[in-house]
Amino acid sequence: MLSGQSITLEQVSMEFGDFVAVRNADLHIEAGEFFSFLGPSGCGKTTILRLISGFNEPTGGVIRIGGADMAGIGPNRRPTALIFQNLALFPLMKVWENVAFGLEARGVARAERRRRAASLLELVALEGQGEKLVSALSGGQRQRVAIARALAVEPAVLLLDEPLSALDLKLRQKMRAELRTIQQKTGVTFVYITHDQGEALTMSDRIAVMSQGRIEQVGTADAIYREPASAFVATFVGESNVLAGRVTRAAGDEAMLETAQGGLAGRNPHGLEGGARAQLVVRPERCRLLDGEAPGNRLAGTVERLDFEGAFVSLVVRLADGTEVAAQLANDGELPRLKAGTPATIGFPPEAALLLPVAGDG
Amino acid sequence: MSTRRLVDLFVHAYLALFFAYLFLPLAFMVAAAFNDSRFPTMLPWQGFTLDWFWGFDSRGRAVGLFQDGRMGMAIWNSVLIGLGVILVSIPVGLAGALFLQTIRTRAKSFLYGVMVSPILTPGVILGISTLVFWRYVFDVGGGLVLAVIAQSTFIAAYCMLLFLARLERFDRTQEEAALDLGASHGLMLRRVMLPFLRPALLSGAVLAFLQSFENYNTTLFVIGIEDTLTLNIATRVRLGLTPAVNAIGVIMIALTIAGAILYEILRRREARRSAVLAG
Amino acid sequence: MAELFRRLGAVAGALVLGTVILWVLFLVVLPQLFMVDMSLRPHLPVPEQGGPADVRSLANYATLFANDLHRGIFLRTILSAALVTVLALLVCYPVAYYLAQVARGPTAALLVLGLVVPFWVNEILRTFSWFLILSRNGLLNQVLMGLGLTEAPLNMGGVGAVMVGMVYAYILFMVFPLYNAIESLDRNQIEAARDLGASWPRIHARVVVPHAKPGIAVGCIMTFMLAAGTVAVPQLLEALPGGTNARWFTQVIYSLFFDGGDWNSGAAYAFALLVSCVIFIFVMMRVFRVGIADVAK
Repeated sequence: MLSGQSITLEQVSMEFGDFVAVRNADLHIEAGEFFSFLGPSGCGKTTILRLISGFNEPTGGVIRIGGADMAGIGPNRRPTALIFQNLALFPLMKVWENVAFGLEARGVARAERRRRAASLLELVALEGQGEKLVSALSGGQRQRVAIARALAVEPAVLLLDEPLSALDLKLRQKMRAELRTIQQKTGVTFVYITHDQGEALTMSDRIAVMSQGRIEQVGTADAIYREPASAFVATFVGESNVLAGRVTRAAGDEAMLETAQGGLAGRNPHGLEGGARAQLVVRPERCRLLDGEAPGNRLAGTVERLDFEGAFVSLVVRLADGTEVAAQLANDGELPRLKAGTPATIGFPPEAALLLPVAGDG
Repeated sequence: MSTRRLVDLFVHAYLALFFAYLFLPLAFMVAAAFNDSRFPTMLPWQGFTLDWFWGFDSRGRAVGLFQDGRMGMAIWNSVLIGLGVILVSIPVGLAGALFLQTIRTRAKSFLYGVMVSPILTPGVILGISTLVFWRYVFDVGGGLVLAVIAQSTFIAAYCMLLFLARLERFDRTQEEAALDLGASHGLMLRRVMLPFLRPALLSGAVLAFLQSFENYNTTLFVIGIEDTLTLNIATRVRLGLTPAVNAIGVIMIALTIAGAILYEILRRREARRSAVLAG
Repeated sequence: MAELFRRLGAVAGALVLGTVILWVLFLVVLPQLFMVDMSLRPHLPVPEQGGPADVRSLANYATLFANDLHRGIFLRTILSAALVTVLALLVCYPVAYYLAQVARGPTAALLVLGLVVPFWVNEILRTFSWFLILSRNGLLNQVLMGLGLTEAPLNMGGVGAVMVGMVYAYILFMVFPLYNAIESLDRNQIEAARDLGASWPRIHARVVVPHAKPGIAVGCIMTFMLAAGTVAVPQLLEALPGGTNARWFTQVIYSLFFDGGDWNSGAAYAFALLVSCVIFIFVMMRVFRVGIADVAK
């Protein structure tokens, strides 16, 4: 029967010549978890997948699956199954032969292979399609054949390399739900690679955000969105305004940041001390339009753009030094008549802003 | 408009001439095979005959192609050599293609050059070097075996190019997928890669056989005292020419056309298939 | 090499590697080296081989250049092969261009098939068909006499006949590379050039020929190599009346091997021929700026 296994990366690195694709990755994925790697292309997430599946050996560090060290174990002897970005179905085999290929590799008798293939095709809602050639199937059906083929070998870990990227939007949303259902039904550990934050946020139990070979943050969708660990995460997952400056005063959970726009207060979870360089990030939906001379975090400038989006209005204000700050304002009908070029001031409560250390500052 | 017409006329006349140049000599040769004339010629036409395939002259001597035992032997040898060349060239070409497509060393283009160099080497040189080497190192003299070896040096390279072109279109993630699903390398080759290469292997075999069957320049140096079809034809032209040679020509042209058509069909079916599979 | 085993596994990887090594060593490299070695040794009776007289020298090559007859045949062979190459290029270029860019649909397919079929007809038979045309009782003489242009049959053998036979035998090795190269040219480029007011000669000189360079190089290399290296065509056409003065260098090599039994000189002559072909290939690759991977496809 199917069941998941845990994956542990200990100081895993992968270098291709001078290029460092993965840098000292440390990570633990629980058995039966739906775990996503999220990052822009070239961030090293596909390399991590290939390291876990065994197509590449890391140049440093240890990979464990179910606690066992995987060094020197080839992809055909690991308890993993990979779903390729292009699916890599075998075009010259029938659908059922595709699904049963892993069983064929394990020496399962033909009649038994047929039977198991049929029940897996049922699991992915492809009953009766077994005799067709893959080329006769639609994109979504091929997707499901690939999943059935991977599940046939009863992997403890299923690795998925952006498998939905070739599908159109509607099918993609449907397949997200199906993948999640299959994962819950089977209990297999899913490791999902994507550059699409929507996919990662909706499907995953936890997410690792990657940039330039480094794991920037690991956490639940909610935690990553609410408490981004770096300006990169803050801007890559959802939108954020980022303002750079130097910490002037730290007290308790909060600190003051001196920026080109004056002093701004925010939460200080990293315990930055006075004099440290830092970035302040704040989500546009936490920003408000201020009038009058109310104290607090104030960013004054002129309206650059005003986009009406129905339930809300998205406002971009250009500050004196040229920085653009976005605010998402509820369309409550009370919005003053803002026009491009008119002065506007944006404010936000200190608890909505987050002070982050500048990368490379130690 | 009129210069345009003139150009068109000129172009079409040129094409007509070109294709006449290609086909008429062969047509004359075929026609002469059926002319009841002692010398192979189409003119003057002396009446239709099949004597040059099977028949007797006025003194009752057999003059037909099929009555000639030496010719039968020569054809048999050509077939044997052709089969031998298939047996050597297909695996060698396949190994070469897999090798070149896989390795990543800097020497790759040099190795490529070495492996395809026989194609760019005159056939006589291939024959001579093969003869010299095998005669002195392995004491293998001229004969059918050496003919297979000599021809395979360049025919294997042709097969390799054919397989390489096919391999370049192979989606290598399929290999990884097979391994990932637990297949041994052997099963992956047998179930995924070789089925993909099958059309190229088939057309490679046809190509190898045709190339071998029609070879003259290389074979001449390594055949020893044996005879092959092309050698036999050349000998007949020089000594004792009769229209029986034309009769051979008719049969060979018929066979090559059949072979060429087979080859084309294989190639096109393959092209269509991969178009379907890609879509 | 590690990639080979990673991709194919230990067994298949070793088989592939072993086969390639055997092929390259025993079928490609060593035979050539042995031929060169043999060409450097003197022609000696068997008992003296390996003895004190068996020392390497360039004597066999010196013979080639000292022997007026052989040197003459060598030079004539190379020059004739070059001339055959040029003729074939001139004859084929318009045809290749027409098939690749002008003809369309089923007509184009049929015409290409019209090239494929004679391509597969044996070199010997193609030469023989010209032998029949040029022979004493052959078609050409019959026609000439029938028209009253000549009373007695003409002797048509000779260098000219051999070259005609070669152009005929190898023309298709020129036309296919040209066709393939020109076919890959986007028709829009020609239309654009014409739109800009370029004349036809200019379009060919500036658009089509530069694009077809690899094809021209391949066609020329193949044609030259086949023409310089053939023994079939001259051997057959030598049998024409008047054909004996048209000996080809390959025939000299052949008779050194099998009439004279002097394999050493034969090997030297063969290597000289090979070197000429290699030089021609390099010149072509240089002139047309193409690499070996473009040439052998």
